[in-house]
Amino acid sequence: MRMEGEPVDAIKIRTDSLNLYYGSGRSGGTHALKNISLEIRANAVTALIGPSGCGKSTFLKTLNRMNDLIPGVRITGGVYLDDEDIYGGQVDVTELRKRVGMVFQQPNPFPMSIYDNIAYGPRVHGIRDKDRLDGLVESSLQAAALWEEVKDRLRKSALGLSGGQQQRLCIARALAVEPEVLLMDEPASALDPVSTMRVEELMLQLKRKYTVAVVTHNMQQAVRVADDAAFFLSGELVEAGPAHSLFSRPKKRKTRDYINGRFG
Amino acid sequence: MFRKLADGAALAAIYLSAFFSVILLAVILAYVLAKGIPAVRWSFLTTVTSVLRGTVGIAGNLVNTVYMVVLTLGIAVPVGIGSAVWLNEYAGRGKAVEAIEFAMETLAAIPSVVFGLFGMVFFGTTLEFGYSLLTGALTLTLMVLPLITRNTQEALRAVPETYRTGAAGMGAGKWYMIRTILLPAAAPGIVTGIILAVGRIAGESAALLLTAGSGYLLPESGRGILRKVMESGGTLAVQMYLSMSKAEYDTVFGIAVVLLCLVFVLNFLTHVLLKRTGGRGRHK
Repeated sequence: MRMEGEPVDAIKIRTDSLNLYYGSGRSGGTHALKNISLEIRANAVTALIGPSGCGKSTFLKTLNRMNDLIPGVRITGGVYLDDEDIYGGQVDVTELRKRVGMVFQQPNPFPMSIYDNIAYGPRVHGIRDKDRLDGLVESSLQAAALWEEVKDRLRKSALGLSGGQQQRLCIARALAVEPEVLLMDEPASALDPVSTMRVEELMLQLKRKYTVAVVTHNMQQAVRVADDAAFFLSGELVEAGPAHSLFSRPKKRKTRDYINGRFG
Repeated sequence: MFRKLADGAALAAIYLSAFFSVILLAVILAYVLAKGIPAVRWSFLTTVTSVLRGTVGIAGNLVNTVYMVVLTLGIAVPVGIGSAVWLNEYAGRGKAVEAIEFAMETLAAIPSVVFGLFGMVFFGTTLEFGYSLLTGALTLTLMVLPLITRNTQEALRAVPETYRTGAAGMGAGKWYMIRTILLPAAAPGIVTGIILAVGRIAGESAALLLTAGSGYLLPESGRGILRKVMESGGTLAVQMYLSMSKAEYDTVFGIAVVLLCLVFVLNFLTHVLLKRTGGRGRHK
């Protein structure tokens, strides 16, 4: 099922010769991303795979400028959201992060009530109306498949939830600002198998409405959830394409070796 | 045989040192309470010493202490928290920050009578605030500022990094994040610093004797309540020092009991808060 008006192969995010450097100094710093050109389709799940330190998380963070927070990061090339350069001069980062939400590896609910956690984003973006906040809290928790479990304790601290619930809470929190894209950085790696399964099911539902990019370490997970996949190695994009063909008939030898578990 | 004896003696010495502070506290408490409690009557707390009326009381000093705490915290809390937020969240690491933190540490180690001297000359004479509660409060502000700043800094540092990235990921600006997440999460630590500051203010005598003077009358009602800020006023600790030099030991021990009660309440509050902070870590 596709959202109305979205062509099947619409490109939501496109990067063009994206380079990223950490630090400076005489050595010129670390060249963490090398000439990455990748297209991320709308209403699909794109899995970013590769061994630790390959740059997949760093790449994900460039898509909503989370790397801005790290001192000494330099970027060349472009990242285009709906053909607009998000590193362009007039881009409002707050507005960008409203459109491109993020879920982190460690569930990170804020030390406040479940309700206030979900309402945090909408409040950042100026929504004060109580009825509207109530509605957003409910719909977001529904979308993250958490509503039934927490509807009677919305005013209780979010820190009292289990790890899996916390992560779904964080997904709900990201959804509450009604984003277009959801970035997920190894969202299930800190969870038990049952919670992992629920988060994976969630991804499949979420792509009906959102564009999802997920970094994962877990090859089986990528096979289960991804429509497209991109394989990173040492800061380079080795291969990208539809997930089923990348996993069953990888074109590059390095991809094949990684998928077959020869390294990483 | 000899070795066994030596072991026993060492053990006894260790036990004795361990309990020394407890014994010390108990002895001081017992002594002060025994001497002071007879002096602490209702009239002692609610009247002002007057030769004409033949009353002995510390009501004025109690009120002055409240003034001093409120005034000092009124200045030191916003400035202290503000500078801690700036140092931790905005300044980054640099020479300037190192210099400021070094200055803070040095400030905390300066003897209070030196602060008193500076306060008397600068706030009292140069700024012409005279011997007044305001001069005293400004002087005490300098003394408790490092306490509040450092506690706030530590509390901010203890806030998990994931809260910051989480808030930034929602598009929250820095100041918005500080207001809605960092400061609330750091609140117990900040309050601990404030309580320690209250203890310092209530217990200070040398610096205040030189700056706020020794007035012991109650403020007049109405506008007098505001005017009092510019008038001389001795806190409990100052009055204790003055009464001691006049050998009024009943009053001295009475005040000591009141101060001890205050310290107990404050320490208890700090303890409760620290416990709550400790239990506030991330749930697994």
